[in-house]
Amino acid sequence: MSLTRIYGLFLRHFYLITRSFPRILDLVYWPSIQITLWGFISNFFATHTTYYNNAVGVILTCAILYDFLFRTSIGFNMLFLEEIWSRNFTNLFIAPMRIGEILTSLVITALIRSLIGLVPAILLTSPLFGISILDLGIFLFFLFLSLYIFGITLGILVSSGLLRFGPSFENIAWSTMFLLAPFGCIYYPIETLPEIFQKIAYVLPLVYIFEEARNILINQTVNIENVYSAFMWNAFYFFLSIALFYYSFNAAKNKGTLINMGE
Amino acid sequence: MKKLIEVKNIKKDYGKKEAVKGISFNVREDEILGLLGPNGSGKTTTIGMLLGLLKPTSGQIFINNLKLEENRIEILEMINFISPYIELPKKLTVKQNLYVYSKLYKVKNIKERIEYLSEKLRIGELLNSITGELSSGQKNRVSLAKALVNEPKVLLLDEPTASLDPEVGDFVRTFLEEYKKEKKISILLASHNMNEVTRLCKSVLMMKNGEIIDQGKPEDLITKHGRANLEEVFLKLSRSKSEFN
Repeated sequence: MSLTRIYGLFLRHFYLITRSFPRILDLVYWPSIQITLWGFISNFFATHTTYYNNAVGVILTCAILYDFLFRTSIGFNMLFLEEIWSRNFTNLFIAPMRIGEILTSLVITALIRSLIGLVPAILLTSPLFGISILDLGIFLFFLFLSLYIFGITLGILVSSGLLRFGPSFENIAWSTMFLLAPFGCIYYPIETLPEIFQKIAYVLPLVYIFEEARNILINQTVNIENVYSAFMWNAFYFFLSIALFYYSFNAAKNKGTLINMGE
Repeated sequence: MKKLIEVKNIKKDYGKKEAVKGISFNVREDEILGLLGPNGSGKTTTIGMLLGLLKPTSGQIFINNLKLEENRIEILEMINFISPYIELPKKLTVKQNLYVYSKLYKVKNIKERIEYLSEKLRIGELLNSITGELSSGQKNRVSLAKALVNEPKVLLLDEPTASLDPEVGDFVRTFLEEYKKEKKISILLASHNMNEVTRLCKSVLMMKNGEIIDQGKPEDLITKHGRANLEEVFLKLSRSKSEFN
C-alpha cells in the first residue's frame, strides 16, 4: 500500500469539493434540512405519544444516525460515479494503483464528505430543539463507527456492481439505502415488522444499531450485545463486499467493462 | 535494440466472439509501431490488454521483460496512455490534475516535472485554467502531459491527434518524434490518420477481424501492394482479405 497514491486519489476529490461552493452547499444542505424536518416531527411525537414521551429526540437522534449512514454510502458511490461521469475512469485504472489503495482512499474521502454534512446538522439540533446527540455517551462512537462501516460496505457493494455492469447499474446505486431502510428499524422497534421481515432485519447490522440507540435514550441502559452483534454482522458484510469488489474487478477485466466505462 | 513490448500469441474472446485471434508483435526501444485497422478490428482490445484493463483469454504480454499478468503495478508505473475517449477530471485545474496524477505515479520531483512538461507542451499559461473549459487542442496537450508525467518507457496512443486542427496536430506529432528520440521510449500508435502513421511509424501492423493481416515498413507496404500511399493500402486491405493472402 502506498500512502502517496492514497493521498493522490484523496486530493483528486478534495480539489473537486473545495473548488465548488455549490458542492459544499449540497453536502451541508440536505442533512440540515433532513434534521430540521425530523426535529419538528420528533417534537410532535415526543409530546403526543406514550412511547416517546420520556425521550425527546429519539426520532431526531435516529434520523441523524440514519443520515450519517445514508451520506456515507451515497458519498462512496458518488466518488466512484464521479470518475465515470468525468470519463476519468480509465485513467484511474491504468494508474499503478492497487485495489486496496483505491478503496482506502475512497473510504477516507467518503468519511470526510459525510462529516462535512453531518457536523453542521448536529450543531443545529441543540439551538433548534434543545437536543444533543452526545446524550448517547461513549456508545455514540461505536454506533457511528458501526454505521460508517455498513455505509462503506454498501458503497463497496454498489461500486462492485458498477464495475461489473457499468453505468447502467447507477440507478441501483441511488436506491440501495431506500431498499434497506424498512428493514433497518430506524424509527420503530423491530416488533413492528411482520415476522418474515424481522428475520431479514436480524441479519442486518442496522437493526442492532437503531435498537440500541433507542434503548440508551429511552431505557437509559446499554445492551452491549446489540453493539457486538452489529459489529459481527458488519465484519461479515464488509469482508464479503471486499471479496465481491475483487471478483467484480476481475470479471470486468474479462468482460471489458473497464475499457468501455463512461461511454 | 531492446524489446520494450512483447506480445506473444494473445487472444481475447467475448463469449463466442473472437475479438483478437492470437496476435504476436514486438515494439523496440526508440521505435513507434503503428497499429492500423478498420473499426472493430481489435486495436482497442489489444491496447486494453496491454494496459491490463482486459485479461487475455490466452497468450502472454511482457513489458520491459516483465510479465504483465504477474507485475501489473510495476508495469503500470512505466507505461501510460492517451486517447480522445478518456478525459481528465473536468472541474479541476490543469495544475491540480497534473499534481494528482504525479502523486498516483509517485513522481519524485513533481514541481520540476510539471514545469518541464508545461514548457515542452506549451501549457504553462493553462496551468490555472479549469480543464473542462479548455479547447480540444489544449485538452489534448494537457492529456499528453498527464501521459508523460511518469516518464513512461512505453506510451500507448489511441488516435492522439483526432479532432485536432492541422497546426496542433503537427505540433503534437513533432513533439512525439522529438520526445521519442530524446527518451528512447517505445510508442504504439493506433490511428486512422495515414499521413500521421507514415510520418511517425517505422513499421505498421494492419489488423482486421482480430488478426494481423499484414505488417512492415509503410514504404514497403505501399510498394508491395502497388498503391500510391498508405491510405490506399489500408483501403485495399480493409475491403478484401483474400486479395493479399
